[in-house]
Amino acid sequence: MITRRRFVEGLAAGGVGARILSSSASAMPVLAGPVVDLTIGALPVNIAGRPRIATAVNGSLPGPTLRFREGDTVTVKVRNTLSESTSIHWHGLYLSNAMDGVPGLTFRGIAPGETFTYRFPIKQAGTYWYHSHSGMQEQTGLSGPLILEPRGREPYTYQRDYVVMLTDWTDEEPMSIVANLKQQSDYYNLHRRTLGAFAGDAKRAGLSATVDDRMMWGRMRMSPTDIQDVSGATYTFLMNGQPPAANWTALFAPGESVRLRFINGSSMTTFDIRIPGLELRIVAADGSDVEPVVVEEFRIGVAETYDVIVRPRSGAYTLFAQAQDRTGYARGTLAVQPGMTAAVPPLDPPPLRTMADMGMSHEGRGSMGNMPSMDHAGMGPMGGSMAGMDHAAMGHATPAKEIPTSNADGVDPRSLSGKPNVDNVAMMPKDRLGEPGTGLDGNGRRVLTYRDLRSIAPHAPTVPQRAIEFHLTGNMERWVWGFNGMKFSEAQAVRVRLGERIRFVLINDTMMEHPIHLHGYLFELENGQGDRLPLKHTVNVKPGERLGLVFTADQPGHWAFHCHLLHHMEMGMFRTVLVS
Amino acid sequence: MVGLANGVAAQTNDAAPFGPPVMDDHVFYHLMLNQLEGRFGMTSSFRWSGEAWLGTDEHRLWLRSEGRLADSRVDDGQHELLYARPISPYLNAMVGGRYDGDSAPGRGWGAIGIEGLAPLFFHVAATAYVSGDGHLAAKLEGSYDLLLTQKLVLQPQVEMNFYTKDDPARDVGSGLADIDAGLRLRYEITRKVAPYVGVTYAGKVGGTAGFARASGHATDEVRFTLGLRTWF
Repeated sequence: MITRRRFVEGLAAGGVGARILSSSASAMPVLAGPVVDLTIGALPVNIAGRPRIATAVNGSLPGPTLRFREGDTVTVKVRNTLSESTSIHWHGLYLSNAMDGVPGLTFRGIAPGETFTYRFPIKQAGTYWYHSHSGMQEQTGLSGPLILEPRGREPYTYQRDYVVMLTDWTDEEPMSIVANLKQQSDYYNLHRRTLGAFAGDAKRAGLSATVDDRMMWGRMRMSPTDIQDVSGATYTFLMNGQPPAANWTALFAPGESVRLRFINGSSMTTFDIRIPGLELRIVAADGSDVEPVVVEEFRIGVAETYDVIVRPRSGAYTLFAQAQDRTGYARGTLAVQPGMTAAVPPLDPPPLRTMADMGMSHEGRGSMGNMPSMDHAGMGPMGGSMAGMDHAAMGHATPAKEIPTSNADGVDPRSLSGKPNVDNVAMMPKDRLGEPGTGLDGNGRRVLTYRDLRSIAPHAPTVPQRAIEFHLTGNMERWVWGFNGMKFSEAQAVRVRLGERIRFVLINDTMMEHPIHLHGYLFELENGQGDRLPLKHTVNVKPGERLGLVFTADQPGHWAFHCHLLHHMEMGMFRTVLVS
Repeated sequence: MVGLANGVAAQTNDAAPFGPPVMDDHVFYHLMLNQLEGRFGMTSSFRWSGEAWLGTDEHRLWLRSEGRLADSRVDDGQHELLYARPISPYLNAMVGGRYDGDSAPGRGWGAIGIEGLAPLFFHVAATAYVSGDGHLAAKLEGSYDLLLTQKLVLQPQVEMNFYTKDDPARDVGSGLADIDAGLRLRYEITRKVAPYVGVTYAGKVGGTAGFARASGHATDEVRFTLGLRTWF
């Protein structure tokens, strides 16, 4: 029997292999380009107390850090020694479609025993990552950091450079997790509301207010404690492959600046990161440089990367990455010598969703019972055709001019309400880019928001020629996910003309964040920063949020566009964007 | 349980020239034994109630079975095979058949019903039945999970059976025939394994009560109950 503590903190002396076991950053394997050989294979591991088989790259978990140089053409030979098909996708890279590594869309995958040769020029610099796009191999370990070194000078200096890759490990079979959720959607929720919580709330807020609150959520058949689908009930959170008890450690000398390249390589976990005692200077997001922002804490959605520069003085500091639902954390230490530790902060209290997360205004509170039958026409100016106006209101440079807008699946959003696969439609979706997000709002710390991100390089704002609207939809109770009420298998490709300047409008109708990722492009996130819109490959869309992202479709091919919560993607929150 | 196989996701359009990139048509299955219990008192009995489903999000095959074993006799044995599909965010429609199979003469019924989650998180099921010789019947079920703690759950539950005509061979009278209810306190050792203690009530009403009295059986039984709720 594995105790909860052992399970959460993992094994101090467990892990993968001698190479990664040692508690020092230098033990992270690194392969430098331009020619790299990778072997994907099964690897026996014991991370949370039980022997399990991971999917590893060159016998390491996470996979080795690949370092390529901007301008080089790299060759990566990937040999598959698994008994199933595999693939590697280069997350966030500009490359030709055939090299994107998505089985089904860009190739057949790499069959057992086969070797596939990726060959592509490196057209960018920064912190990225790679991972499998086959089955659920990402959840069993197949991912790794990808560092692209710039040709030119970077606009910041540092003496130490560390990758901090966060992952969520489970001893369960990934498909068992999905199966459990299909039967009981709060299977992994450790913070469901109990009678005791009711009593506490009644004491604090009054009995009738508490009854009203419970009735309101009950009528909607939603729980404000739905923060993450999969939690620390099954996950052990890893930092560079090490559970909290193993305490991955990075060394520094007093006075040095340290660059930390945070990569969220998790399958299902959003992390909130801080280093008590240190200011975090955010210098890049999703690989692209931004004007430095100094914060105490930042949220990293699945598949995002953030580069942070810190100046530790002496001693030891805890790198603390708590899961958004506060059911566990990944942890490491920044220290002047190995073996040192600093205090690990307690987990914050578990957050609750609010009416804003349902896409409701606060005034809507009293009429919640009517919600499912409410007429969508009441959306008024939030309707799709007014997207241009909406963005002007956000302070974006785009003129308040209507551009043609269509739904990605030809679905009338008014028809979504009441569909079996849609448990909520955001009546009043709004701009939430300036909010830290559920669990961070009002926590007393200075927390990064998307609004803070300003690209370091100006790019001339170009008005998109048209907009394509995606409603992010799902049904928590049935545990189904999709866009516009449809799963991938029910939908057609979303067609975009080659060279077209296009805006994707994302409206999150669900009560959870979805890290939406577009392959093959870095898009401009319309966060009101004028000609300094940040470039991103993944945007963590808040519940009840409406946002825009713009890109020029200059690479033809079948590009995957999906929620990067692995199990949401596998259950159909996925589209093909066909550029031709 | 891990699903059986990927459904046929024949993506013949432009979206996936090399086959489906995701598994959104995966076939899952589960077996839920909601009641496996001994009812103890003046007379004691064993009752089971469970269901299993297999399928995708859109199409599922359900098997439901319940019954009671007392004095080496099985009664109230109802076994249903149903096809279900979602009709709204929280409700599924079901159609299929029911067979009353126990120690009494068997009966076959066509079945149609709904099942799902009502507002305020009540689990409900309502099924109507029609037999070959023109009898109609209905079954209503409801339950609610009240979380005392994250692991301790108090569940009130009720089931009622209605018939339009007497069926003396099965000791069934017309109208509301029987009520089976329980208040069970379970402890979820894991989500899937939860022993419980409870109080259960089995009552016969109207003509059905008359049949029971005529054959010397009790019409109301309140019993101390020990059981196990488990699923796979």
